[in-house]
Amino acid sequence: MYSRFCLLSLLLGCLIQLSLCSDIAVSAQEEQGNTTSQERSGETRNKSNKAFPVVTVDFAHVRSPFVVALWILLASVLKLGFHYLPKLSSVVPESCLLVCVGLIVGGLLKSVGETPPILRADVFFFYLLPPIILDAGYFLPVRPFTENVGTILCFAVIGTLWNAAFVGVGLYAVCQIKGSGLENITLLPNLLFGSIISAVDPVAVLAVFEEIHINELLHILVFGESLLNDAVTVVLYHLLEEYSYSPQIGATEVVLGILSFFVVALGGIFVGVFYGLIAAFTSRFTSRLRVIEPLFVFLYSYMAYLCSEIFHLSGIMALIACGVVMRPYVEANISHKSHTTIKYFLKMWSSVSETLIFIFLGVSTLAGEHHWDWIFISCTLLFCLVGRVLGVLGLTFILNKFRLVKLTPKDQFIISYGGLRGAIAFSLGYLLNEKFPRILFLTAIITIIFFTVFVQGMTIRPLVELLAVKKKQDSKRSINEEIHTQFLDHLLTGIEDVCGHYGHHHWKDKLNRFNKKYVKKCLITGERSKEPQLIAFYHKMEMKNAIEMVASGGMPKFPSSVSIQTLQRRSTLTERLLPTLTKEREEEVRKILRENLQKTRQRLRSYNRHTLIADPYEDQWNQMLLKRQMMRSTDQRASLHLTVPASGRDSPPGMKSGIESDTMYFEPRDPESDMPAITIDLATSATKQPTDAQNKDAEDKGIVFAANDESGSPSQRVQRFLSDPGPDQ
Amino acid sequence: MGSTPSLPAWEIRNLAHTTGFTSEQIEILHRRFLHLTDGKATMSKDCFDNIPDLESNPIKSRIVNAFFDQRNLGLQSVGTIDEITFENFLTTLSFFQHMGENHTKEDLEYYKTEKLQFLFRMYDINGDGKITLEELREIIDDLLSKTSNTEKTSSSIADAAMMEAANICGGQMEPDQQYDGITFNDFLQIMQDLKIETKMHVRFLNMDTSAICK
Repeated sequence: MYSRFCLLSLLLGCLIQLSLCSDIAVSAQEEQGNTTSQERSGETRNKSNKAFPVVTVDFAHVRSPFVVALWILLASVLKLGFHYLPKLSSVVPESCLLVCVGLIVGGLLKSVGETPPILRADVFFFYLLPPIILDAGYFLPVRPFTENVGTILCFAVIGTLWNAAFVGVGLYAVCQIKGSGLENITLLPNLLFGSIISAVDPVAVLAVFEEIHINELLHILVFGESLLNDAVTVVLYHLLEEYSYSPQIGATEVVLGILSFFVVALGGIFVGVFYGLIAAFTSRFTSRLRVIEPLFVFLYSYMAYLCSEIFHLSGIMALIACGVVMRPYVEANISHKSHTTIKYFLKMWSSVSETLIFIFLGVSTLAGEHHWDWIFISCTLLFCLVGRVLGVLGLTFILNKFRLVKLTPKDQFIISYGGLRGAIAFSLGYLLNEKFPRILFLTAIITIIFFTVFVQGMTIRPLVELLAVKKKQDSKRSINEEIHTQFLDHLLTGIEDVCGHYGHHHWKDKLNRFNKKYVKKCLITGERSKEPQLIAFYHKMEMKNAIEMVASGGMPKFPSSVSIQTLQRRSTLTERLLPTLTKEREEEVRKILRENLQKTRQRLRSYNRHTLIADPYEDQWNQMLLKRQMMRSTDQRASLHLTVPASGRDSPPGMKSGIESDTMYFEPRDPESDMPAITIDLATSATKQPTDAQNKDAEDKGIVFAANDESGSPSQRVQRFLSDPGPDQ
Repeated sequence: MGSTPSLPAWEIRNLAHTTGFTSEQIEILHRRFLHLTDGKATMSKDCFDNIPDLESNPIKSRIVNAFFDQRNLGLQSVGTIDEITFENFLTTLSFFQHMGENHTKEDLEYYKTEKLQFLFRMYDINGDGKITLEELREIIDDLLSKTSNTEKTSSSIADAAMMEAANICGGQMEPDQQYDGITFNDFLQIMQDLKIETKMHVRFLNMDTSAICK
């Protein structure tokens, strides 16, 4: 209750500030103009009569960044607020709430007498949209996407064309009805309007579908469609705009139109792939300066987007292609911290963008003028809905003849219901030339957006429950799954080869082999380029488990009923897997640690912008904790998180020496060195694993996890395994 | 090669009935069979060496053995036979058909179990009905294509996989019991979530593309 009150007051504060800003801005600007000229003239006279102003108010020169920051702050505080209203947020999707807030804010601003800001198209397309798309593209689940790419393309291209045609022609027919007052709108503006309104919007789809957790297939179908239809929208929009200037449309124009579609789509993908490869190549060399690694990811993707916008290619497809291509290689190269940074920055920016977009949609509704025409708008709505349903039904009927996993009527319903329109349509409408009935179109677009966001957005969740649509299964990727999936892939490829036809497994296999042989060598540094996928996945999983264990304070994740004793070949080794330290040894070790850690704290350098030095105490404490847990735990935990020598014959000699020399477990560096990095030698063979002394790398190490590797190779590369996404993540 | 001898119509019908392929598919596969065996009526293991794409497959030997595995051919005994006929060839391939929704629920269950049995037999080479740790390790070795330095890691991966399997399947075991290996029922349980049987199919063509590919 108290927290809600605080949030509310914070909110009100923001709003008041916003309105005050606009007031002050206007008046201050005038004053400022006067005072600056006075001051300047005063200074030239070199003597000023008034006293030195101790406190001045100079708002004008911070106005723009101030207002922008305030809006973003408002958006973020609002988002916080929604999570304190669980009853509301479970019924109404966030996007609806945000639009409502936008309406309220717009109303407030209007009542104060200020003109509320409109969502400008360039701000939207250059600053608000790219983070959302990059976030979607970078984390796109590639496997389901490629499995369904045919279906997705059909919906995106054919579906959008059908929708545009249906709405355009339908509205033209309606406009021709005498007495509607709309006869002046010819076919071309109607088609243009149809093309703007027919595209499914990725922002809206993401916002709504994120909350309903439907199964992966449906999610990727609708979402993939919303991403790929950008090419169609761009082409149609520019095409029809161009045609509106030329008097005639002949066959050549149609052919050119089709050609330009391919150019736009493939060009966008090409630009994206190009920048993605460059980004991957750059990340190969970033090992010496890890702090700016995330920056490369963002910048190259943004450049891909902007480059494709130069040529009027599809920016969204460029971003998606860039993210998808770049990801496996970049993640193999960058440090774990950079990986986390990229993930959180992308999520943060896309979240803020989305919030701002919806709020501005609300504000812009009240900002512009409107021209409400009952017939036009209701017919638009009708044609949009009907067109979508017909399109989906027709396409699935054809597609089901080719698909192995058919789309059921339930699926078809969700796909057609999930065709939400959003801010892209609004911005495109805003960009229209004045010669079109722009105000009418904008009003219609806003109405459609409101309808889809509010009505469809709110009702889709209960409908999903009602129809018992399959939900997303939260399955953790296990090592078994990985093994079996890979095995199956090879098996199916083999069978295809035996049968003698080049099916899609064959091509996938060829691509994988090409990737492994040539591409990975170029784009991934060092040893990791040769690492098989299974090993990378395994290491990553182990690391995740280890970290989780530390974080949760050492509780084992698996039930304790299965212990390693139940594994057949272990019976001889179980008791001796890891010895426990005697009490005095423990004390000794603790003393050593304490001394070393104290020294580190004293010597901790001041924060240097170029080298992010993490708190070494924290790292080592984690390692210490991990080590202690390991030691105290039963063999079962050990078997989960250690690499135990496989066959009985290898282990005894190495292990015995490990048991005797207990002090070998901790390897604190000499007190002289700056940063003691404790290696957790989890391998029972007691080897002195050399640790990397470079200070800059120390922060990248995190938990140093020495694999059971007798060669004594530096363990630093193990920690990078965390950032490898493994397959399909 | 001259004109390939085609199967008599009654045989095609017979095969269609037993294996579930359509007659066009059977004819195409028959042509492929003859191409691989060089005209002979039975196929031996080295016929598979004629397929260049199969060479780079890490589990090639397992796939080849699966064709000759007696258990897949419906015989009760364990072990492999040396030569297979076209009917055996088709039987093995029929495990990879896609089961459409027009079958009854029991049929679908039956086919799912059959497919998983096939997969299980590919893992369990010695036929004792269990996938032991050793066998699991060999599978992982195959998948990793025996690149250098992977021995220890492959055994640790095998351990982890076995532990996971044991956790899923053997939850109620006494501390003294040994977990010998993954039995078929355990295998079914593990595969429950993965729904591998929905992915285990190859598209069999109704048109002949053997002119294009080798």
